[in-house]
Amino acid sequence: MFYNTAGQFKTSYTKDQSLFPVKQDAILLGVVLLCAWIIFPMTASEFTFKTMLMPVLCYSLAALGLNVLTGFAGQLSLGTAAFMGVGAFACYKLITIFPEMNIIVAILLSGVFSSAVGVAFGLPSLRIKGFYLAIATLAAQFFLVWLFEKWHWLSNHNPSGAIEVPNIDMFGITVAGPNAAPVTQYYLILAIVTLITIVTINLTRGNQGRIWKATRDMDIAAELIGINLLKSKLTAFAVSSYIVGVAGALFVFLNLGAAEPNFFDIPLSFKILFIAIIGGLGSVMGNFMGAILIVALPVVIKFLPDAIGLEINPATVEHLNIMTVGALIIFFLIIEPHGLARLWQLIREKLIIWPFPH
Amino acid sequence: MEFLKKLFVDPFVEMVSYPDFLMQVLWEGLVSGVLYSLIALGFVLIFRSSRIFNFAQGIMVVFAALTLVGFHAMGIPAWVSVIFTLGVMALLAITIERVVLRPLVGQPDIILFMATIGITLFLIGGGELIFGGETKRMITSDLGIPTGSVDFEPFGGLLILQHLDITSVAAAVVLVTGLLIFLNKTRMGRAIRALGDDHQAALSVGISLRTVWVLVWFIAGVIALMTGIFWGARAGVSFALEVIAYKALPVLMLGGLESITGAIVGGLAIGLLEKLFEIYWGQPLLGGGTETWFAFVLALIVLLFRPQGLFGEKIIERV
Repeated sequence: MFYNTAGQFKTSYTKDQSLFPVKQDAILLGVVLLCAWIIFPMTASEFTFKTMLMPVLCYSLAALGLNVLTGFAGQLSLGTAAFMGVGAFACYKLITIFPEMNIIVAILLSGVFSSAVGVAFGLPSLRIKGFYLAIATLAAQFFLVWLFEKWHWLSNHNPSGAIEVPNIDMFGITVAGPNAAPVTQYYLILAIVTLITIVTINLTRGNQGRIWKATRDMDIAAELIGINLLKSKLTAFAVSSYIVGVAGALFVFLNLGAAEPNFFDIPLSFKILFIAIIGGLGSVMGNFMGAILIVALPVVIKFLPDAIGLEINPATVEHLNIMTVGALIIFFLIIEPHGLARLWQLIREKLIIWPFPH
Repeated sequence: MEFLKKLFVDPFVEMVSYPDFLMQVLWEGLVSGVLYSLIALGFVLIFRSSRIFNFAQGIMVVFAALTLVGFHAMGIPAWVSVIFTLGVMALLAITIERVVLRPLVGQPDIILFMATIGITLFLIGGGELIFGGETKRMITSDLGIPTGSVDFEPFGGLLILQHLDITSVAAAVVLVTGLLIFLNKTRMGRAIRALGDDHQAALSVGISLRTVWVLVWFIAGVIALMTGIFWGARAGVSFALEVIAYKALPVLMLGGLESITGAIVGGLAIGLLEKLFEIYWGQPLLGGGTETWFAFVLALIVLLFRPQGLFGEKIIERV
């Protein structure tokens, strides 16, 4: 009834290929965007910004990057966090070398560096496949984190190897560093995330996206119909690492404010992978749903005992949290291996014919 | 020029001038190599029989060691605790098969891999919840493992072999031999190998998939317990031990995911080479800590020439 598609005729190819062939999808997205752009910023507290809204966006973006590589091009990667690190450190160096550079330009440029590193570590994918490749990307993970720690030039010779974001102004407003207001930072992140998501959606709908999907589904067959595997796999690595790098730079510069090299260690990689898989491989929307789940879950577990009057010490909460995340991953994989995006699709199909069962 | 000399000449000069130190380094490398091999063996057994890339192997090591120490702390004698721990590992194998693997039969590899990461997290959280996060001492002496050391004086130098290390190498040899006999000579062992060769053919001659899976996960648990005892005796029992699980991954790449020989040879090779590289190249030239990534890079280079690893099955692709 609410999702009735009857009467929406597509009378031209342009209409058939449009981003939202169904009107209700567009309305729903409009509502989500309205919430993200206007309602959340008006209602959220500073704490909510720092610990919920901004991390969700950054994680979503990183998962989107990984999804381009794993979900669309079929190359499993376990080194996502390291590429986020490359983005963050590149941005830090750009800001210190060119202090008058606009922060948005610096963040978008830092993706180029992680993209280059991604292509370099993506080269073995031409010979290695499946789990062998996944382990090969772990080489990037361990090597890069080691490099962040040992190469002190990257952190401007900070003995701990950590990077701290200075106060950065843009058009007279402080946007990064300790003095920045969370709302400004939130809008900046939201703008960049929205922009990159739109570009990615169109990229994956177009020719390049089809090339990637063909490579994913069967690379030899793809080669036989004239797809250049070298180009296809390397562009996937390049685009994916670019997005992941930007996500890393955003995360550190606009949300966290500081990061140590071991922040980019393997647990973060896995977190991003969970988001991509729980959200749904090969889906753009799924990344956002997965990120919301992964970020909200610890908060729920933290406040649930309080709400029902139980007293649990923080360490136990932390352990329970890890356990629950593990159990939830298994649970979601069992009920729907294709992720939340697929779950939403099933609900949507039910809604279209509602109130009738068939 | 100076740099090239440091890279290609100095390390070898040092190796030749202090052969006793070189032998010490090689021995240490061998000992860690043996432990890497053991973990990789657990991976390979599970991968062969079910095509599951079991990421939880490393955390099973920690979990087994913690359970053992936990039982002993409750006042149970050491060897009885070992038996109890084996019981826990068997229970774990049955639970994992029943709760996680059975509903996921036939799903893509990556989904099963993800599920084992879920198991990993669950065991980390559960282990810390039950046993606490602090580092514990392995009950080495209660288990009757000698703790002294023997000194040799080859070439007028000094070579120290810890009794513990000798015991762990010997125990690993016994375990691997026993496992190979089990896999090659007994009915159940052959069933495991048959399942590894061809799932459907094995099912059609009446091999029970579920029994084999439980058995394989239990064997992986036994291997994990043993690795946990010896590694825990060297470094203390805590969740920091899980890093050795990552070390087993390049071993698998190097040796091939399906090959038991590959796991053993790859483990020893990586143990030796990473130690040599760290001592003679890593510390003087790169500031140390190269052990975290050296094995991966080495395996990556080997893989560029042999994509299926040294001993892995040749990948034949059909369209």
